Amino acid sequence: MPRDELGILSEIKRGYILRQLKEGKRGDGRSPDQFREAIITVDYVKRAAGSAMVQLGRTKVVAGVKVEAGEPFPDTPNQGVLTTNVELLPMAFPTFEAGPPNEGSIEVARVVDRGIRESKMIDLEALVIEPAAKVWIVFIDIDVIDFDGNLIDACTLAAVAALRSAVVPGSAEGKEDFKLPVRNIPVSVTMVKIGDNLVVDPDLEEEQISQGRITVTTTEDGRLRAMQKGDVGWFTMEEIKKAISTSANVGKALREKYFR
Amino acid sequence: MGTQSDIKLIDENGLRLDGRKPGDLRPLKIQAGVLERADGSALIEWGGNKIIAAVYGPREAYPKHNQDINKAIVKARYNMAAFSVDERKRPGPDRRSIEISKVLSEALESSIMVEQFPRAQIDVFIEVIQADAGTRIAGLTASSVAIADAGIPMRDFVTGCTAGKVDGKVVLDLSKEEDNFGQADLPIAVLPRNNRIVLMQMDGDLTLEEFDQATSMIMGAIPRINEIQRSALSSRIKVQDSGGE
Repeated sequence: MPRDELGILSEIKRGYILRQLKEGKRGDGRSPDQFREAIITVDYVKRAAGSAMVQLGRTKVVAGVKVEAGEPFPDTPNQGVLTTNVELLPMAFPTFEAGPPNEGSIEVARVVDRGIRESKMIDLEALVIEPAAKVWIVFIDIDVIDFDGNLIDACTLAAVAALRSAVVPGSAEGKEDFKLPVRNIPVSVTMVKIGDNLVVDPDLEEEQISQGRITVTTTEDGRLRAMQKGDVGWFTMEEIKKAISTSANVGKALREKYFR
Repeated sequence: MGTQSDIKLIDENGLRLDGRKPGDLRPLKIQAGVLERADGSALIEWGGNKIIAAVYGPREAYPKHNQDINKAIVKARYNMAAFSVDERKRPGPDRRSIEISKVLSEALESSIMVEQFPRAQIDVFIEVIQADAGTRIAGLTASSVAIADAGIPMRDFVTGCTAGKVDGKVVLDLSKEEDNFGQADLPIAVLPRNNRIVLMQMDGDLTLEEFDQATSMIMGAIPRINEIQRSALSSRIKVQDSGGE
């Protein structure tokens, strides 16, 4: 994650955050495995096929889904296509720069994409117009407009909410519009290691002193669909297993709360 | 994961297409010091993979605003040759290689004593000459040998292996067919002395039991792979008896 002038403070902050965590407390009063309150506004952009604005604490992202007819990939002639893109807008953070996606935004987009793809959330077989010739292409584009940590989970929440509300414009192909066929609900839960603690849904300060980040994406059935270890640092296998069970529990609660 | 297929990847005797048992590794060979110009280098041949890793540095980080006053930055660049795969790969970084380069840089930095080299940069160039599944892990395993070959102080090697799920069974070290048509892929890399995990990615569909099975297979294979890294390095060092009095 980006460094900025806040990085200079991080040794002092780090000590403070570590001391707080020894008592099980975090800077904003959360417990280590507590997710920030998310506010999800579905249908935020009427011009999109589906959309959602997510506020996760002070992190804000807008996801928009567009669905257009196009060619399938040669190796999957009988499936629609899914693509995910994340834009870290310069308005969101002092060191974010305009221009082509950098490694940070590509990592976020690809981890979000893997969670959605591997959970088989969207029934891609139902998105064929003419086999091997024409299929629906689902574009998920996510704008990060305000950054206070944990982009992966904010973007996954926004993408999932937007996809659930999406309508495929079948009328453009002489058919009827239909709701995007959604089956599973993937939920990603990201944690960073600080000292010996794993803290869920890190804010920016916590990310800046991260000694390793891990994201675990699960579906309703408790199965693992995607994982990603990021940042410099390491985890023991016990810590990984703890992260997996935390993700399953927290993910279940999030699914109940936001996607019932 | 990959597309569905009717190919049977595991036969009735529980053997895989290439005759391996579920817990078997493909043949693995590492050679250190294969390049003249680079400060350190290694060639890894793992199954059908042929990958070269080359290290330059520590050298002054450039551009200067990238310098870290506390430590060296580690920049790995994973690149696939256009001819390394069946269908020509368009040269240059794509989104996949950019992500891989990022997680490999982070994994390697976790093993290097970067605090000894403020304002410096360590470049690791990973070129996939021939790809055959598991390239990121093979490239990472070779990189660690190349870094040691360059004489850069490290806490430990970085040693990796993948496991996955094929025809509903957990298997070690996926082949190309298994990677394309399997149901899960789990690359892991550790610091082998204490099994600290510095890289882990997963995609596909795994139950918790399958995850445990896959990770214990990987952890079982790590010492063997690390041994090959070590001997690649030690065979690079010649002890000469100069005779004398």
